[in-house]
Amino acid sequence: MSDVAHAHGHDDHGHHAHPTGFMRWLTTTNHKDIGSLYLIFALIMLFAAGAMALMIRAELFKPGLQLVHPDFFNQLTTMHGLIMIFGVIMPAFSGFANWQVPLMLGAPDMAFPRMNNWAFWILPVAGLLLMASFFLPGGAVAGGWTMYPPLFIQGGISYDLTILAVHIMGLSSIMGSINIITTILNMRAPGLTLMKMPLFVWTWLITAYLLIATMPVLAGAVTMLLTDRNFGTHFFNAAGGGDPVMFQHIFWFFAHPEVYILILPAFGIVSQIIPTFARKPLFGYASMVYATASIAILSFIVWAHHMFTVGMPVAAQLFFMFSTMLIAVPTGVKVFNWVATMWRGSMTFETPMLFAIAFVCLFTIGGFSGLVLAIAPVDIQLHDTYYVVAHFHYVLVSGALFSIFAGVYYWLPKWTGHMYSETLGKWHFWLSVIGMNIVFFPMHFLGLAGMPRRIPDYALQFTEFNQIATVGAFIFGFSQLLFLAIVLKTIKGGAKATSKVWEGAEGLEWTVPSPAPYHTFETAPVIK
Amino acid sequence: MADGNAKMLTKLVVATLAMFGFGFAMVPFYYKICEVTGINAGDEQTLVRNTQVDPSRSVTIQFDANVNETLPWRFKPEVRTMTVHPGQLVQVEYVVTNTSAHPIVGQAVPSYGPARAAAFFKKIECFCFTPQTLAAGETRRMPVMFVLDPAVESELHTVTLSYTFFDTDKQAVTGTAKRG
Repeated sequence: MSDVAHAHGHDDHGHHAHPTGFMRWLTTTNHKDIGSLYLIFALIMLFAAGAMALMIRAELFKPGLQLVHPDFFNQLTTMHGLIMIFGVIMPAFSGFANWQVPLMLGAPDMAFPRMNNWAFWILPVAGLLLMASFFLPGGAVAGGWTMYPPLFIQGGISYDLTILAVHIMGLSSIMGSINIITTILNMRAPGLTLMKMPLFVWTWLITAYLLIATMPVLAGAVTMLLTDRNFGTHFFNAAGGGDPVMFQHIFWFFAHPEVYILILPAFGIVSQIIPTFARKPLFGYASMVYATASIAILSFIVWAHHMFTVGMPVAAQLFFMFSTMLIAVPTGVKVFNWVATMWRGSMTFETPMLFAIAFVCLFTIGGFSGLVLAIAPVDIQLHDTYYVVAHFHYVLVSGALFSIFAGVYYWLPKWTGHMYSETLGKWHFWLSVIGMNIVFFPMHFLGLAGMPRRIPDYALQFTEFNQIATVGAFIFGFSQLLFLAIVLKTIKGGAKATSKVWEGAEGLEWTVPSPAPYHTFETAPVIK
Repeated sequence: MADGNAKMLTKLVVATLAMFGFGFAMVPFYYKICEVTGINAGDEQTLVRNTQVDPSRSVTIQFDANVNETLPWRFKPEVRTMTVHPGQLVQVEYVVTNTSAHPIVGQAVPSYGPARAAAFFKKIECFCFTPQTLAAGETRRMPVMFVLDPAVESELHTVTLSYTFFDTDKQAVTGTAKRG
């Protein structure tokens, strides 16, 4: 990085001397720096929340209580969920957006570089608040990542810290989204119309709108929790005339669009990678855009499928059941288009493509178990069982996380100027994909057999499948150290990457040298 | 371009603030929807339903009200007669007024005609359960909630519920005794 900083030193528009070391990263307004910061933060948090997952799986290796106190177990499940969502997947996608959106649009930087700096640097504060709460009296929050009252109203000081952390992380995503929307709508290179934009940019544009529409609602919900806890209001406190079920409605109004916030950028990344390695343009570009928009719009009217068991009238259950199933249509369009892109393509199977293909297969499994859960009478049986755990890990691990791995392998040569080791990359892929299926596939059976989630103990008949899952979890978890090693090795050195990197790559980001210079597109390229 | 960016920033910040407000607007919205559609009618579900009503029979109830002559109160039922089914939960009201210039404590004593109807006349709520204190000139509406036991004998077609209010602080005047 030092030579990059040096090159930047000469690039002088009357600024003062550029800070070095930590201050360089703290004060940076460069989209590439901030993109890297987001990705590094996400990687650190991945290992923190992954360690929590391994503690959970270790405890569940045998029935009975052996390693951790049940209350600490609850803290682990809660914090694992909160950190994986708000500290890993969302910041990683923000990192991709920061790096790639200006490069793909031919823009010199993001629209509001100073706000971009703030959006990132408040995140580690939220991360510290969350991690610090483990060391407070009563420990970290243990009421589940969904923050349901009455548990969330009753807990100790760490619950207030977590609410504050959620506020901060929400503010960070809102600032990031404002930046991304403005950059995409106002700063495209001349001739780059909306319907010519790379699909990754399209999915992020729609994701950013979802964030603007829902993050403030979450902020409102946790503010109500905070005033219920500290200022004597009774939004959710039944003793004062409030209604805890209302929290679930407000929360899921945010959190269902949130699950698409966690997957739409993944769709975008995969839609960039598959055409590159199939050496064919993306099949059905326009239908991909419309499908993404349809999913985003439908996500606002399906929230109550997360709460079929609260006691809804049959008419409401039918509405939420059928509207949820309707989402399978645009999602099916996407899967069809990815398969059609590969159809009769000249495919090669480099690591990004392997992860992208695994994404298409495994995300579809997660989509199907989602359809099963959408059926209200079935959901009442499966609610809060391991079937639900299996479902959302198939869409979030083999969906969102695999797309992040795919994206990192795909763009790492552009970011660092070095090729990663293909051999190690393939090892990482196969260990991950095998490990991931060993952890999460048995969970379907555990859930169908009735094992409840978020409980540190289980009935004897669930032992074998739990032991298989735990073995898989340790394979999957430790193979991520290989990923860390590959990334560090690629940053340090490796075969020189060309500008185009991949034979079939298309788009503006492949027209700049590798590594991408500190400043790119200071004069906008023209798209024919 | 910077100008366009600033305009876009304003729009998006306004949208963000509006959605923050929307989160709070969902609170009254939620209660209104529950009220209109009756989705969240937990209160009604917890009320014990009376499944003992015998709609095949009707009994006329007459309501009567008296005041002992030491008590300067005016006391009357809101309805004089009513037809009810045995087992049906009924609520009626009496109106009482203190016509004197000072507060008085009174207590109502019920009686039934015929007297054997008393065993079947189940009062769930009645002003006669406690002494009533009325300020000078005060008027009060007082409820009686009752069920006529379905076990009531079938030849009973009319029941009279009669109340008499007494001044709890004074010796009641009974029979033909002289005042005072």
